[in-house]
Amino acid sequence: MATALRPLSRISRGWRPRVLEHLATLLLWLVFATPVAIGVLGTVLPAFGILPELGGSSLSLQPWRQLFNVPGLPEAVLLSLTTGLGTTAISFLIVIAFSAHWHGTRWFGRLRRLLSPLLSVPHVAIAIGFAFLIAPSGWIYRVLAALGLAAGLPPDLSTVQDRHGLALILGLILKEVPFLLLMMLVALGQVRVGESLTIARALGHSRSAAWQAIVLPQLYPQLRLPIYAVLAYSASVVDVALILGPTTPPSLAVLVWRGFHDPDLNQIFWASAGACLQLLIALFAILLWRLGELVASASGRRRIVAGWPGRPSRIAASAAFAGAALVVAAAMAGLAATLLWSFTKSWTIGSAMPEALTLATWMQQLPVALKALTATAVIGISSAMAALLLTIALLEEERRESLKARQRHYWLLYAPLLLPQIGFLFGIETLLVRSDLDGTWSGLVWTHFLFVLPYVYLSLSEPWRALDPRYERTARCLGRGPLAVLVTLKLPLLVRPILVALALGFAVSVGQYLPTLFAGAGRFQTLTTEAVALAAGGDRRVVGVYTALQMFLPALGFALALGLTRRRFQRSEAGV
Amino acid sequence: MTLLRRILIALALALVGFAPPVRAADSWDDIVHAAQGKKVYWNAWAGDASVNAYIAWAADEVRRRFGIELIHVKLGDTAEAVSRVLAETAAGRKSGGSVDLIWINGENFAALKQRGLLYGPFVDKLPNYRLVDVETKLTNTLDATVPTEGYEVPWGTAQFVMMADEARVAMPPDSIKGLLAYAQSHPGRLTYPQPPDFLGTTFLKQALLELNPDAAAIVQQPLEEDRFAATTAPLWAYLDALHPHLWRSGKSFPQSGPAARQLLADGETDIAFSFNPAEASAAIAQGLLPKTVRTVAFAGGSIGNSHFLAIPANASEPGAAMVVANFLISPEAQAKKQDPSVWGDFSVLALDRLESADRQLFASLPLGAATLPPDRLGRAFPEPHPSWTVRLEQEWQRHYAR
Repeated sequence: MATALRPLSRISRGWRPRVLEHLATLLLWLVFATPVAIGVLGTVLPAFGILPELGGSSLSLQPWRQLFNVPGLPEAVLLSLTTGLGTTAISFLIVIAFSAHWHGTRWFGRLRRLLSPLLSVPHVAIAIGFAFLIAPSGWIYRVLAALGLAAGLPPDLSTVQDRHGLALILGLILKEVPFLLLMMLVALGQVRVGESLTIARALGHSRSAAWQAIVLPQLYPQLRLPIYAVLAYSASVVDVALILGPTTPPSLAVLVWRGFHDPDLNQIFWASAGACLQLLIALFAILLWRLGELVASASGRRRIVAGWPGRPSRIAASAAFAGAALVVAAAMAGLAATLLWSFTKSWTIGSAMPEALTLATWMQQLPVALKALTATAVIGISSAMAALLLTIALLEEERRESLKARQRHYWLLYAPLLLPQIGFLFGIETLLVRSDLDGTWSGLVWTHFLFVLPYVYLSLSEPWRALDPRYERTARCLGRGPLAVLVTLKLPLLVRPILVALALGFAVSVGQYLPTLFAGAGRFQTLTTEAVALAAGGDRRVVGVYTALQMFLPALGFALALGLTRRRFQRSEAGV
Repeated sequence: MTLLRRILIALALALVGFAPPVRAADSWDDIVHAAQGKKVYWNAWAGDASVNAYIAWAADEVRRRFGIELIHVKLGDTAEAVSRVLAETAAGRKSGGSVDLIWINGENFAALKQRGLLYGPFVDKLPNYRLVDVETKLTNTLDATVPTEGYEVPWGTAQFVMMADEARVAMPPDSIKGLLAYAQSHPGRLTYPQPPDFLGTTFLKQALLELNPDAAAIVQQPLEEDRFAATTAPLWAYLDALHPHLWRSGKSFPQSGPAARQLLADGETDIAFSFNPAEASAAIAQGLLPKTVRTVAFAGGSIGNSHFLAIPANASEPGAAMVVANFLISPEAQAKKQDPSVWGDFSVLALDRLESADRQLFASLPLGAATLPPDRLGRAFPEPHPSWTVRLEQEWQRHYAR
């Protein structure tokens, strides 16, 4: 009996792990990489005339000809490029300068603590608040008018939706600075900043020169992909552009989005070509940035070789601080304004604060908003959970694999962040329609999952890898299987980063606008789709309610993640 | 792959479900009975909170009365629902579609009707349809020159008006030419929503009809391209003259009617447009506009139309959608809709056909401080043919959105 069993078990031991080993990667390809690829393909084919459902069955350049005839296309393209590059350059500058001058000081920690809650606030909420802040009849004007510094009617100035997209760039910066700063913190954790600086300064270099010459070159490779993601995102954003961006013409992504939603279905062909153009523009912007990197590093090297000591600059340090502080102040004031509006009864332009407050808007909207809140929560939790499970499986798999597997995952997961959403969402929608999954919960959760997974993976991978491998080795030596080690040892040890990754994934899902529209067949109203729909005009008080809920939900996620684990950690530290 | 596909289809079937079609022989009672427990996805423009609140009220009522779950699919633009129906049909989904009921008119109706994508004719099945005024209100059966032929049921009527803040505008203009004079003497204080927003497009139509008296007859016919340039030349000349004096020097426009109304409320502009003569009163009641705003009519008459409810041919629940539509044109629902503190949208019913208790519902409605009585609204022009609408929007883009 025993002898008969032994070879069998050997076979199964030899065979099963191999399949299991690659199960996670297999899943990654099946539910993540393939749909994204099909999505891109489903957008590229119609751009060349292929879309059988609409009678497009032969290759043609007609869609591109139509695209180039769209009024205002050159301006729209230019606008996308300037928005992308402008947002990224300014955000990057603020983060770098702030870190260079202030890292290691008390103020760095203080501002960072103020900036990090902004991470979980959806782009749309920030944009809506910012729009009210800077509008010619906005909060700033109202305060000035109340102080007697402005009189009469609001000035006829394009402070929002200006033709050059400046308001759009500023609004995006409010959200990208916190993101890049977080990425910077992760990178700083892996570089010996303090020691490098001490040596450089001992050799007579100024702090900022030492940063530029020694720290930045070590940090930058780790910031490169997040920066490219910011670049691609801000060059192709739709929801924020609808609120803050120009309209005559809008940026390319908005133009394309309108084409996809035109009642004349034949517009889909040129819209697909436009989506491809958007992809190319994102890549072109990244290419330009890359060139900028090369120029900057060459000139930096020349200066270092020449022995440039740098000058300590108070002005630069103050400017860096002011930049970061302005970002915090503008974002917070905007959010405060939307919150205030939700309790406002009336607020005319002459007064700095609402004349009368009321709970009526909340009472009236809450029953309706609860539906959107529930849908948002269900989609967010499901997609974040799915992403978390796959992430853990991937990380467990990587542990056994080479560095190569890790890099493969990294690129597979990061590539979609570099693609403009509009560039593959139409293809995803077609895929869902063909498999009868459009407008279903599962289709929608799946689509959100595509955008949530990269962030969950990125957030969890560092702590996961940082866990001392000796824990696991010891447990395995004591005879525990890999699954038992995972469940009884690693998950409890890593519960805090796991919950934070989950909360981050949830926050990402809450903020999704285009994926919800494309995959939800309009049947699913989330807080974000409602906020965008209402922000187009409507009632600021109602928009305030939705924006407040939109902020509240992800914040609750993070508070739960941190709160639940804090008590646990305190107890374990106290030996309970 | 086939296994995956089969799983996906099974999943989809479980989630979507299938509805039995409504048979011609079904009596209204049968239809109402069968509608119980059904979900109706009503795709309706949602840019106005008071409209949304009214739809939420209707949803409560049909749940209570008929056991129907009415879900408001909130649209930024009705075209979204139209393109969805087209896309689903193109993908072969002839039933079980995601749209059951659409709030619709004009070019969107024309687009669906022309392709045969509407359910019906169904309006004669609705018991309340006999109360609808189809004799004196021609727009109730003629949607932007396209005969409705029973494929959509009128839900409300509208006429193009202005809203002006009396605190800032002593003598509001009452014509298209008057608006130009106002803009010239008050630079930056006037704007209109950016076409293809329907209010902005209506402004273009109103201007065209006032500026070119010959256009009225021409635009009732489907567009002939060689007549477009000559017919619309006065319009573009007018806009070229107007735009430099507009808000933001005509380089930027509000994206919707409510956005333009917000500018009026914020004191950024002095005049806004509306397709609802009671909107100003309703907005004042809700605290959205200052109390000094008044409705102003176009002295020479203005574009009037009706807005409708239609059911797509591939709707999942056409029967339940009809029950909802019938409720929405009931005297009770129509009177509630016309109440300026609710929405203020004018009824489609012929008051003389109502029973006296129902008539009383309308008689007791307050008109609202800023509303003009119907007899002071001026003549209502019919809408141009949808082909003209589309072309006007395109041409506007070419002239000004670049």
